Amino acid sequence: MSDATPPAAPAPARPASGPATKDGSERWNQTLRDITGGSAMISLLAVLVALVVGAILIAFTNEGVQETAGYFFSRPTDLLRAVWDAVSGAYSALFQGAIYNFRANNFLTAIRPLTETLTFATPLIAAGLGVGLAFRVGMFNIGGRGQMLIAAGAAGYVAFAVELPAGIHLIVAVLAGLLGGAIWGGVVGLLKARTGAHEVIVTIMLNFVALYLIQFLLRTPGALQAPGSNNPKTPPMLPTAVFPDLFGPRYNLHAGFLTVIAATIFVWWLLSRSNLGFQFRAVGQNPNAARVAGINVKNVYLYAMAISGALVGLAGVNQVLGTLTTGFSSGIDAGIGFDAITVALLGRSKPWGIFAAGVLFGAFKAGGFAMQAAEGVPIDIVVVVQALIVLFIAAPPLVRAMFHLPTPGTTKKPRIRKTNEVVAK
Amino acid sequence: MSTITQNSAPLPSSAPIVKPTAQVRSWKIPITFGGFAVLSLLLFVGLGRGQRGELSTFRLSEGRDLIQLPEVALPTFVTGVFVAIVLVLLAAASAWLVYRHRKIPILLTIVFALLFLVGFLAWAASGSTIPVPGLLIGTVTLSAPLIFGALGGVLSERAGVVNVAIEAQLLAGAFSSAVVASATGNPYLGLLAAMVAGALVSMVLAAFALKYLVDQVIVGVVLNVLVIGLTSFLYSQVLAPSANLNSPDVFPRLNIPLLSEIPIIGPVLFRQTIIVYVMYVAVALVFFGLFRTKWGLRVRAVGEHPQAADTVGINVNRTRFVAVTLGGVISGFGGAYFTLGAVGAFNKEMTNGMGFIALAAVIFGQWHPIKATLAALLFGFATNLQNVLGIIGSPVPSEFMLMLPYVVTIFAVAGFVGRSRAPAADGKPYIK
Repeated sequence: MSDATPPAAPAPARPASGPATKDGSERWNQTLRDITGGSAMISLLAVLVALVVGAILIAFTNEGVQETAGYFFSRPTDLLRAVWDAVSGAYSALFQGAIYNFRANNFLTAIRPLTETLTFATPLIAAGLGVGLAFRVGMFNIGGRGQMLIAAGAAGYVAFAVELPAGIHLIVAVLAGLLGGAIWGGVVGLLKARTGAHEVIVTIMLNFVALYLIQFLLRTPGALQAPGSNNPKTPPMLPTAVFPDLFGPRYNLHAGFLTVIAATIFVWWLLSRSNLGFQFRAVGQNPNAARVAGINVKNVYLYAMAISGALVGLAGVNQVLGTLTTGFSSGIDAGIGFDAITVALLGRSKPWGIFAAGVLFGAFKAGGFAMQAAEGVPIDIVVVVQALIVLFIAAPPLVRAMFHLPTPGTTKKPRIRKTNEVVAK
Repeated sequence: MSTITQNSAPLPSSAPIVKPTAQVRSWKIPITFGGFAVLSLLLFVGLGRGQRGELSTFRLSEGRDLIQLPEVALPTFVTGVFVAIVLVLLAAASAWLVYRHRKIPILLTIVFALLFLVGFLAWAASGSTIPVPGLLIGTVTLSAPLIFGALGGVLSERAGVVNVAIEAQLLAGAFSSAVVASATGNPYLGLLAAMVAGALVSMVLAAFALKYLVDQVIVGVVLNVLVIGLTSFLYSQVLAPSANLNSPDVFPRLNIPLLSEIPIIGPVLFRQTIIVYVMYVAVALVFFGLFRTKWGLRVRAVGEHPQAADTVGINVNRTRFVAVTLGGVISGFGGAYFTLGAVGAFNKEMTNGMGFIALAAVIFGQWHPIKATLAALLFGFATNLQNVLGIIGSPVPSEFMLMLPYVVTIFAVAGFVGRSRAPAADGKPYIK
């Protein structure tokens, strides 16, 4: 965790293959190896293994399974049926809650879970983009919670306390939120650039500072507290500042999803098409080399953390202006700031990868609530499965060893997937 | 160091290595001092609290102490003015020292911090009484899990493995100690289970970091999520329905005879639970182990320069694995504090970010066991100060009191330990 060797700069997932060859049969071989040993197959298997582990947990803690296990040797089929019932019930509820509800009588109702998934995915993608961007610059932004809270506070205040014409109001509120997040993140970059303060400490500390600041504002009349109320909660947002529903009132999906798509395109453009993004990546790969090449590393830290904070702030904005428009309390971040870290890791810090990872985790979240309601399986199992997926995806050799897949490439050394510094040695 | 049999490699002498220091004029400390001096002027003098002659009373003894110390009553406003003036003078002195290219003695910093603290307490307790032993007892108690977590982090990171998973180790320890202590009815077995659980978590960390070469920060973050999910799931599915798996006996406070009767220090240090006593031993052991033994030298060697360590015949990955696992044992033990030392039952996510504070203490404490312990004590003190001031009626909103330790840490990190340096090979896997 030293300054010189930034942690967790997940390198762009390069195709795990040896040097490309032009020869036809070689190329075919290589393609085959990439598919079986490369990241797509690994990702799929990782999801599969994680789901199996989740199934084992569900089965072990299921009451019916425990009951039938008591007389396993007299009637073993009972146990197997109980296991099957528990696991298939949970996972089909998860699927129906996340993607398509087969029990609904018309298509428009049946597709509703999918829009729920996208609604849950919206803040996850935004915050994931922020965390991922910081990763690409070699910084670890654990401050998602603080940045989201400040952004939510700023956007929320503009949304309920300021009266503006429709349209402009929404834009101003969103910009206020982005600015709030950018400032809260930018402070971290500024401190790192000017004093060398470690961003991990500063972001953790600022999480708590933001939490207590928002809690104070929420119980102070005239600040964020709803007038005439004693609860630490804001008044509802004015309708002019709320994201409109995308597909009418029967679905929860709101226009915030479009802002997240725009943010994904922006981050893609920033990282792979812009001058600043080039500097970001250069600093992320090797800050010393970047400095020698004439890049102002200090400014890069500042800009990167400010943009990262703004993106995480967008998640907070989406929460208050889209998902929960009836007023919010200090729990508005809902742990998204931390979930975003896993989203960014799963997406390997690439914009569209994060987008996909966010949708997947959104699906888990939407389905998890349905599963909890229908089958009584606590939603925490979803967290376990998510963590396992990231863990397995991060360790391809483990997954390969589990399934006896060939190791791609011709190098004999184990391939290092993440740490660029070691490759350079 | 006399009987070296298993290793023929000559060991470097354990004499302290004197690092050359460059003469750089840094204005950070005077600026920070200046900031605090201005703050004290504003608070203690500007706000004019206690101008009607209120007294701030410091109670130094608890009612059941053998030796009763008298209460110290200070006039609030006069104390505030006095402290503010001295702080301004000290800040000026530090600026003068820096201007003259002289080193600022650590004593100056300590005096400055203590004076500010006394001034602040006097200001906050205007017209009421601060129970000093109570304040400090709570500090030690609340710091216990932080110190265990920080020690685990220091051990692991000194060996070159970044440990972001302290939260996971604490939580795993809390969970398993509650379950085992309830199931067996023996809290000592609970402590054992906590250590095993912490060790298991860090073994996963070590396996992924050392064998599969996964980025260590990623493994740490994911392990945190995994353990949070796992314990929450098992809590909802297994512990919540049957209460007899989640009702461990809480360790009582043990008074150590004689020592516990020393004024102020006695109640603070020697009227604690067994977990805190083990903590004293753990701090000493980790310090001794890391800096006074052959093993510790090896651990630091693989953390700083694994290649050199390998050249002289040290098995880098095995040394790292052992150090990380030991760190997990210590952190896991700290997790038992939550269930067996304080609450008496496991709750979802009951560590509540303490592992991250412990991580901050590791970095704040510059990867040194004693300094990390002091950093953890600072966090514990600030948390407890807020509790105490909440009871006697604090002049500042409680949220700002709660915020204080974190703001101070940011200042400290930016001002004093700006370039805290991690072990050179921290976070890098070693490949031959």
